[in-house]
Amino acid sequence: MSKPLKQIHLAAHFPGVNNTTVWSDPEAGSHIEFSSFAHFARTAERAKFDFLFLAEGLRLREQGGKIYDLDVVGRPDTFTILAALAAVTEHLGLTGTINSTFNEPYEVARQFASLDHLSGGRSAWNVVTSWDAFTGENFRRGGFLPQEERYSRAKEFLATAQELFDSWQGDEILADQASGAFLRDAKAGSFAHSGRHFDIHGRFNVPRSPQGRPVIFQAGDSEEGREFAASSADAIFSRYATLKEGRAFYTDVKNRLAKYGRRHDQLLILPAASFALADTDAEAEELARTVRRRQVSGATALKHLEFVWNRDLSSYDPDGPLPDVDPLVSEEHISRGRAQVRMYRDPLATAREWRELAEANKWSIRDLVIHTGNRQNFVGSPETIARTINEYVQADASDGFILVPHITPTGLDAFADKVVPLLQEQGVFRTEYQGPTLRHQLGLAHPDDLPGEQRAAS
Amino acid sequence: MSPSSPLSSPLHLAVALDGTGWHPASWREPVARPRELFTAAYWADLVAEAEHGLLDFVTIEDGLGPQSSRFLDPDERTDQVRGRLDAVLIASRIAPLTRHIGLVPTAVVTHTEPFHLSKAIATLDYVSTGRAGLRVQITARPDEAAHFGRRTVPRIEAYDSPEAQDLVTDLFDEAADYVEAVRRLWDSWEDDAEIRDAATGRFIDRYKLHYIDFEGRHFSVKGPSITPRPPQGQPLVTALGHQTVPYRLIARQADVGYTTPHDTGQARAVVAEIRAEQEAAGRADELLHVFGDLVVFLDDDPAEAAARRDRLDALAGEPYRSDARVFTGTPAQLADLLGEFQEAGLTGFRLRPAVLGHDLPAITRGLVPELQRRGAFRTAYESDTLRGLLGLARPANRYAAASA
Repeated sequence: MSKPLKQIHLAAHFPGVNNTTVWSDPEAGSHIEFSSFAHFARTAERAKFDFLFLAEGLRLREQGGKIYDLDVVGRPDTFTILAALAAVTEHLGLTGTINSTFNEPYEVARQFASLDHLSGGRSAWNVVTSWDAFTGENFRRGGFLPQEERYSRAKEFLATAQELFDSWQGDEILADQASGAFLRDAKAGSFAHSGRHFDIHGRFNVPRSPQGRPVIFQAGDSEEGREFAASSADAIFSRYATLKEGRAFYTDVKNRLAKYGRRHDQLLILPAASFALADTDAEAEELARTVRRRQVSGATALKHLEFVWNRDLSSYDPDGPLPDVDPLVSEEHISRGRAQVRMYRDPLATAREWRELAEANKWSIRDLVIHTGNRQNFVGSPETIARTINEYVQADASDGFILVPHITPTGLDAFADKVVPLLQEQGVFRTEYQGPTLRHQLGLAHPDDLPGEQRAAS
Repeated sequence: MSPSSPLSSPLHLAVALDGTGWHPASWREPVARPRELFTAAYWADLVAEAEHGLLDFVTIEDGLGPQSSRFLDPDERTDQVRGRLDAVLIASRIAPLTRHIGLVPTAVVTHTEPFHLSKAIATLDYVSTGRAGLRVQITARPDEAAHFGRRTVPRIEAYDSPEAQDLVTDLFDEAADYVEAVRRLWDSWEDDAEIRDAATGRFIDRYKLHYIDFEGRHFSVKGPSITPRPPQGQPLVTALGHQTVPYRLIARQADVGYTTPHDTGQARAVVAEIRAEQEAAGRADELLHVFGDLVVFLDDDPAEAAARRDRLDALAGEPYRSDARVFTGTPAQLADLLGEFQEAGLTGFRLRPAVLGHDLPAITRGLVPELQRRGAFRTAYESDTLRGLLGLARPANRYAAASA
């Protein structure tokens, strides 16, 4: 008998500040009104998705010293919107990206434990790090964290938060009206942590939540990020949604688990993926082209080139050839607050490669950006997309996907109605939720049910 | 029918939600539901009851450490409610389940970030479509400072010592800076900053977004917010005060101040002091509500209310004391008292139910109809926003005004 089919995990990313939402589409609605979030979350729950995912950005991006104005800008507070979404959903997990640099463990642990109580056990924390002085200008501490310290602080932050979650066992509240004993233990919530980044002690004031601890996501891709995830995360939000890169990443990260005493199924790998869905493959290909062209206006193409050139290119014609000046290599970046900046580690080589590509294909600046930029990961009819997603998961390129639609908030509707039923028919996606908590949907154990040493390590 | 003083103008009414109620033995009452304190349903039911009574808003208490019977230290008691959920998240969890009532969570401003709180309350305003507020609170507890480890707060023995006054003044100065930064962040996007101009490809008009460049003694914040200006423009800012220093914060930065006069003479004095501070702050022409806080034990028979208080005191092992006046009596008697306080200059009241499961319905089903009968309280919600309920206009954006 062949190996049993893996069950696919699916989640929905409500795109916040981003350059992929086609906001000019007549279908596009508000990206900030609660009704948009509620529509999106209800669609994801109707489709039996595992969870809804929110990214983060704590300072508005700038280019050339000015606030970047071509993309969707503006997003809600993560905890607050997730708590409200808990009121309009029953089973959907609620995953928030929360920075370990611009927060303090006591407060974040309170917020996640509260969210877990208020959602009946559906909270998840995507732990991200920052060393960015630019963002730090919005916070008390300021942006002082040296880059090499970011994982050190993140690890200690997470470990400290886990100590706080674990400071209540879960059986302390008696609330015995007859005897007058509210607490079994006067010291419930006691904690003391002394480390390099945090020296705190006292009593945590949120009792143990339904999941014990929120589910932990990790999103970094560096060597340190991968180790951090292998040691401490329940799931990884990755960006490798192709078969080849996905498999390489999957193998690498899953192989790191053993040294932490963890099994392959204790860490899920869930890349972000976009899609173009239409009735036929040909229509979907056409839709994908249209979407790409609308995502990359001439102005957007020039700004994108500036990430690499690190110069003001506003005088160039986006429909003309690439600049023949070379990129400016400097510590100062024309663009601030964008992850893309870090993607081009060798700007001179990238510029050379792009010029060659453009010349060979007779591409304008805009053509080049359209062709080299992010494209839809899955393009096709419902049958094609369902088949491809399943192939990727069965081939261990991932354990599922976090889908990022290009229309807010209705961009998930067709996927829910047309693709999900096909996956269900194939027996690779649930038709009912597996239990009340997000841990149930993800197949993760409750922390209290883990062996002692793993409980301590994770 | 006993003669009752007619009330000249409508008053505003809020309730303060805290655990199972303000009496420390309240959780022992059969109606208290203490095992459900950490569930959404518990809070949803309370707020639905308050909304049923057409109240202006609810406040939700919070703190960065466990509740305590001692003012500045934790205790080791096991016979009282300990533990609570984040108040902003409770408010947000309830917002989609309610339609009219204002939601005013408590936030401690001493160890938290104004940038985070500003977007949290703005988001609460989005999820409630214009019903968000904020109660700012400082903490002078050394144990709560140790939960953050970023600074130490010296232990003070009593609030009236000179060292305590210096500390409290410093913490309130920081709170004033904090509120200023929060308010600037709410204004850091003009209302029409999102333009979606397909012709130029611009989603926003960047000239309608503003750096707030707040520089204070304790922190600086660059801005702008990551969250667009909330529906009310400026959600409601509220604070509790017992003396001159917090009165000054109320006068400078709040839309509603909670005060704790025990009689009409004190009420007059408090209102006069706040109004003078308000004038000194250059806000004399702005509407600033001064509410009176009262702990209430309400029953149809005054003897019953007094007996209930005695019974709870016996369970607690000591008489209940509060910073606020503790009222024991009938809804009609309370309506009389509120009328007297209103004549002394208070514009509304925040009632602290001694036992939420008992005294909250007594407010909504007893006091409210009594006030309505006297023409002193609304008979239907007259506005979709919290500012609207309180007669507060939607403020102009300070940055838009400056650039116009």
